[in-house]
Amino acid sequence: MHKKHWIVLFFLGLFILACKKDNPIKEEIEQFLGFQKPANFPEPVYKLANNPVTKAGFELGRALFYEPRLSRNNTITCGSCHIQSSAFTQHGHDVSHGIDDRLGTRNSPPIMNLAWNKAFMWGGGVYDLDLQPITPITTHEEMDENLENVLRKIRALPKYTAMFKGAFGTEEVTTARFMKALSQFMLMCVSSNSKYDKVMRKEAGASFTGDEQAGYTLFKEKCASCHSEPLFTDGSFRNNGLGISVINDKGFYAATLIETDKYKFKVPSLRNLQYTAPYMHDGRFLTLAGVLEHYNSEVQATPNLDPLLSQNGKLGIALNSDQKVKITAFLNTLNDVEFINNKMLSEQ
Amino acid sequence: MKIVENNLRLTLLFSLFMLLAACSKTDDPAPEFEEANLAPLSVEFDNIVGDRTLTFNNTGSPYKNAAGEAFTISRLQYFISNIKVSTADGKAYTVKQDSSYFLIKGDDKATRFAKVKVPEGDYTKLTFTLGVDSLRSTMPIDKRTGVLDPAAGGGHDDGGMYWGWNSGYIFFKFEGNSNVVSDDANGDPTGKKQMKYHVGFFGGYSAPTLNNIKVITVDLSAAGIAKVRKDRQSNIHLFVDVMKVFNGKNSFRIAEHPNVMFDDFTAKIATNFLEMFKHDHTEN
Repeated sequence: MHKKHWIVLFFLGLFILACKKDNPIKEEIEQFLGFQKPANFPEPVYKLANNPVTKAGFELGRALFYEPRLSRNNTITCGSCHIQSSAFTQHGHDVSHGIDDRLGTRNSPPIMNLAWNKAFMWGGGVYDLDLQPITPITTHEEMDENLENVLRKIRALPKYTAMFKGAFGTEEVTTARFMKALSQFMLMCVSSNSKYDKVMRKEAGASFTGDEQAGYTLFKEKCASCHSEPLFTDGSFRNNGLGISVINDKGFYAATLIETDKYKFKVPSLRNLQYTAPYMHDGRFLTLAGVLEHYNSEVQATPNLDPLLSQNGKLGIALNSDQKVKITAFLNTLNDVEFINNKMLSEQ
Repeated sequence: MKIVENNLRLTLLFSLFMLLAACSKTDDPAPEFEEANLAPLSVEFDNIVGDRTLTFNNTGSPYKNAAGEAFTISRLQYFISNIKVSTADGKAYTVKQDSSYFLIKGDDKATRFAKVKVPEGDYTKLTFTLGVDSLRSTMPIDKRTGVLDPAAGGGHDDGGMYWGWNSGYIFFKFEGNSNVVSDDANGDPTGKKQMKYHVGFFGGYSAPTLNNIKVITVDLSAAGIAKVRKDRQSNIHLFVDVMKVFNGKNSFRIAEHPNVMFDDFTAKIATNFLEMFKHDHTEN
């Protein structure tokens, strides 16, 4: 064989390889893997055995998540306040902006890693993902609709008849099926492919820079007792010393009426901070620098302040500017580009 | 002739006596208590307001509570669950969980009966829960069907009995109007003079919180025991006096508490619920 032949063969080979790539990707899309626990995550809290995630169930849930008929005047979808490119938060809004341009009182939290959530909402009150959607659907400032009407509207659409049959065996649209489908979609919103995750899973080529590593050490020392790995929240309700807001939002207390729960809010995850500004339950901080400075110098001794923020007679967590730079570098390793770009989770 | 007449009289008397004896229920012995030997029983929740019957929005002749406040009623709904009956000799039967949840609606007469099946027997005591027990309040969505479906009745501003933002059921929903309700934020800023009492709270998912579940026990021995048999419909007729919401042990003024939904005061009202149920009679 001539050298020329080899070259031709080589190129042909390249072509075949290039062509081949198409098929596995296609196969991957067709072969729905369902809910998969990331290797570096604990066992989920959600009882998947009661609601196994199927392709048809997930797709129905996705359609419902992006369905404007969930709101009174068919204008607001779940995706309106939970935008994928903002890690399913409402970027640029301190508090959620819902139906008829009404404003809520709290910052829209990310739909992310909910399978590991013990409680929902900034102020608790909801403890089962399957019951959570009732809250935004019925809240005056969000969708201002009632569930009975939503189901009536869904039943009237032929598109859903087939989808419910595919997901649950018959065409019947019940509260349980509606909720379970939404849960299936939300359960699949798993963010676990940040640089941090890849480093933790010792994936090829993944390693922290010097600043990131130093930031990680500082993080473990100063932040991890509440924002515990790998979910970066311990799921508890705490008062982190924010000044009491004008509307005097008492947080967890409103759900429990227990005096010691006043001004406590759910500890949020620190994943995807790059996309989820503004921060805190009422979105009062526009930047991470603002948040770090709060912990450094602005913590107030309001009722039920978390004891971790009041040590040795000093409020807050001392952070100098070098430490802030390093912690910020580490926090940036928690951003998950794959998550916010995952086509599977987008409106179809 | 006289003897014949006497004999005839005696025969007639005897026949009459036999007839009476046959009719008399006192001769009907209580069947042996067998859990599987089920027969129908209904409990009738007949809503009243003090000395008067329940009428909605009767602005022409409003009700008046002990504090002298005039009011009308626009909505009355409550959950009855976990019905249990007991015999004089201490045998008890609890209706199966799945058939023991009822939503009584004041404006829908058809809902006033809680129809259950219990073993044949003579019952002297009735026990039930006003509200939804904590176990059922924390059940998975699949178990929340019928009156417990969170979608049932529309939103919580209407006839719905489910609280989305604080997972749980409203046990007792009582709404109306009174001129004593102020027009400011403490009353009804819409100026419609509405009063609203929504009592829920089952004790919390993980940490204990307020528990307003009330178990009501009614002694049937004075006003008529329930003789449950397969061939008839025994009906325990209860009067439910909603005036007791205001006039019970923890009496209060509408003007001072026109809106009670989700605060500690609901516990005071829930205590008044215990006085609401009075056994009037039993139809056997």
